[in-house]
Amino acid sequence: MAKNIAIPFKGTAEQEALLRQVIAEHKSDKGALMPILQKAQEIYGYLPVEVQKIIATEMDISMEKIYGVVTFYSQFSLYPKGEYTISVCLGTACYVKGSGDIFDKLTEVLGIKGGETTPDGKFTLVDCRCIGACGLAPVLTVNDDVYGRLTTKDVEDIIAKYKG
Amino acid sequence: MDMVNIKINGVPVSAPKGSTILEAARIAGIEIPTLCFLKDINEIGACRICVVEVKGARSLVASCVYPINEGMEIFTNTPRVLESRKTTLKLILSNHDKKCLSCVRSGNCELQKLCRDLGVEDEEEFAGVRTEVEIDDSAAHMIRDNGKCILCRRCVAVCEKNQAVGVIGANERGFKTNIGTSFEIGLADTSCVSCGQCIAVCPTGALREKESIDDVFAAIADPTKTVLVQTAPAVRAALGEAFGMPIGTDVEGKMAAALRRLGFDKVFDTDFAADLTIMEEAHEFVDRVKNGGKLPLITSCSPGWVKYCEHYFPELTDNLSSCKSPMQMFGATAKTYYAQKMGIDPKDIVVVAVMPCTAKKFEIGRDDENAAGVADVDFAITTRELARMIDKAGIKFTQLPDEKFDEPLGLSTGAGVIFGATGGVMEAALRTAVETLTGEQLQSLDFTDVRGTEGIKEASYDVAGMTVKVAVASGLANAKALLKKVESGEADYHFIEIMGCPGGCVNGGGQPQQPGYIRNTVDIRGLRAKVLYDIDADMPIRKSHENPAIKEVYADFFGEPGSEKAHHILHTTYVKRGL
Repeated sequence: MAKNIAIPFKGTAEQEALLRQVIAEHKSDKGALMPILQKAQEIYGYLPVEVQKIIATEMDISMEKIYGVVTFYSQFSLYPKGEYTISVCLGTACYVKGSGDIFDKLTEVLGIKGGETTPDGKFTLVDCRCIGACGLAPVLTVNDDVYGRLTTKDVEDIIAKYKG
Repeated sequence: MDMVNIKINGVPVSAPKGSTILEAARIAGIEIPTLCFLKDINEIGACRICVVEVKGARSLVASCVYPINEGMEIFTNTPRVLESRKTTLKLILSNHDKKCLSCVRSGNCELQKLCRDLGVEDEEEFAGVRTEVEIDDSAAHMIRDNGKCILCRRCVAVCEKNQAVGVIGANERGFKTNIGTSFEIGLADTSCVSCGQCIAVCPTGALREKESIDDVFAAIADPTKTVLVQTAPAVRAALGEAFGMPIGTDVEGKMAAALRRLGFDKVFDTDFAADLTIMEEAHEFVDRVKNGGKLPLITSCSPGWVKYCEHYFPELTDNLSSCKSPMQMFGATAKTYYAQKMGIDPKDIVVVAVMPCTAKKFEIGRDDENAAGVADVDFAITTRELARMIDKAGIKFTQLPDEKFDEPLGLSTGAGVIFGATGGVMEAALRTAVETLTGEQLQSLDFTDVRGTEGIKEASYDVAGMTVKVAVASGLANAKALLKKVESGEADYHFIEIMGCPGGCVNGGGQPQQPGYIRNTVDIRGLRAKVLYDIDADMPIRKSHENPAIKEVYADFFGEPGSEKAHHILHTTYVKRGL
């Protein structure tokens, strides 16, 4: 049942020193957890268990308290961003044209859920709202590339292109 | 006291300034229904069951957190209020696993009772998508089923505030909100101490102990096994509640009768082993004092406390008494001394322990708890599980005669029975340690400074020319506060008693559940503790070292307290777990 986060942590000693400095600066403030988490995410790009553990120990609060806050706010991420972010439009027009199925197909092919990153660090899968390309519905983007008028059959080809 | 005058349902009421509407209504004889509210612990006004109408207020207010003001007019039973409460319940039910017939809490579920009281006529009115849940059965002592969770957060509050553990909390948000652990790992892999206080406060069947009822019935039915049962002191002070008896009823005699009718071969008492623990622990204390051993000595009867110490204060594990808990000492003695005496192979003895505790389920599986080469204790069941067994067997508990425990492992003293209340182990140990140190009979056996349900108690006694400083803490947040002082050197106690649950075992995580409105208004732990102190006061023998069965077990088997044999069988080791 544990969250399956298979991406190895690659934090550096410099990042950790910076994090500890940030914690020391904010620690005694009321409501310090939010700003510390924001800075931590700036430093590491995401908030893996290793980073949350340092914060918990230094602030003398439970791991669960931190995890609760991190999962409450969508601005925080438990996963590093992959090399390519695949963003599937689930806005109304795309959705009625079947983008939900395309999203499901992507989770199946990539083996990850929305918001997660593949263990090789290649792809991050997210959903988004209308990107203004309703004429091409259903639409997805891979970084800045736009793909439209999709069916579930197109999914594997698109991924293959970036796997290279 | 400053009083505030208000009107509730048109009736003038005067209540102390600072009271909430809920408290003021109680003065007026009205119990407003609540669900998430636990006094001093979970005052978050989240569930909206306790809403009332306040004249002039735009919306309904949560009475559990809303303070009264002079002249306020409150209405607790208007159609708008009743309809709102009912709608709230229906919305909760829309995301609730409604398999009530097979639910362990059926009959004493707070949600079920509210639905009945408030007349919910269609539990499927808002049927729709349900939050996906996974059941966490990783821990030895409990099962978490979020399908029955109503997100009241009582468990989260007791875990963090009373127990300073905080391994569960609310994750995600909105419809996905769920009570879980950090990174959703199983409870077994967290620093959960197994105290079960979360289960004790859960209003529904979302949290429950891992049952061993079927295993126990199977053992009883197995003709090749000799099945011995032992009951912890606190069980007799609460078991009656499961059969509708008032809180604070002593059911020792009926309990013994029920156990006999369930078919146990011998009905013994953990109190005997509590006396044994005192012999060993008092000896250990005197030895540490005389020979410059590690002080303060800290008691080790409470497995929730022991696990907490191992996780959160690993550097203090050397201060823990090496004594096994009374439950384990009982099992170890049963499978060595008693097995030998009766000529039974220890492998054919099954020891069942009835405990007010869920951490005992974890404790029986610990390393170094197998004196005869087999587990000292085979099954630890809670007071609640025993009540279910009695129901299952169709035994009419309240109509049973009072019976006695069997000998010799059922013989005990007043010192043994008070183990179930905070301060009791300390008092029992002092009765023996002081007489050992001074060589004189105590004038009074009542060490009243360490009695009572306060979280932290301190006392010092002049014993044989030495000032002995003792402290008692119950509830792990209190233990944490006390131990921080020990760590920093601010406190220099010689002997500390710690019980994991607030108030001690009488308020253990395995005791019958009382609903929120009772917990908020009745001193449950005080009433249950009184049962034990009353039994103590009436006992012919009140000092562990005067228990004839204890004298016999040392004369025939262990030799002296602290002997090599006693050490091998009755003592254990700890693990520095960390976080």
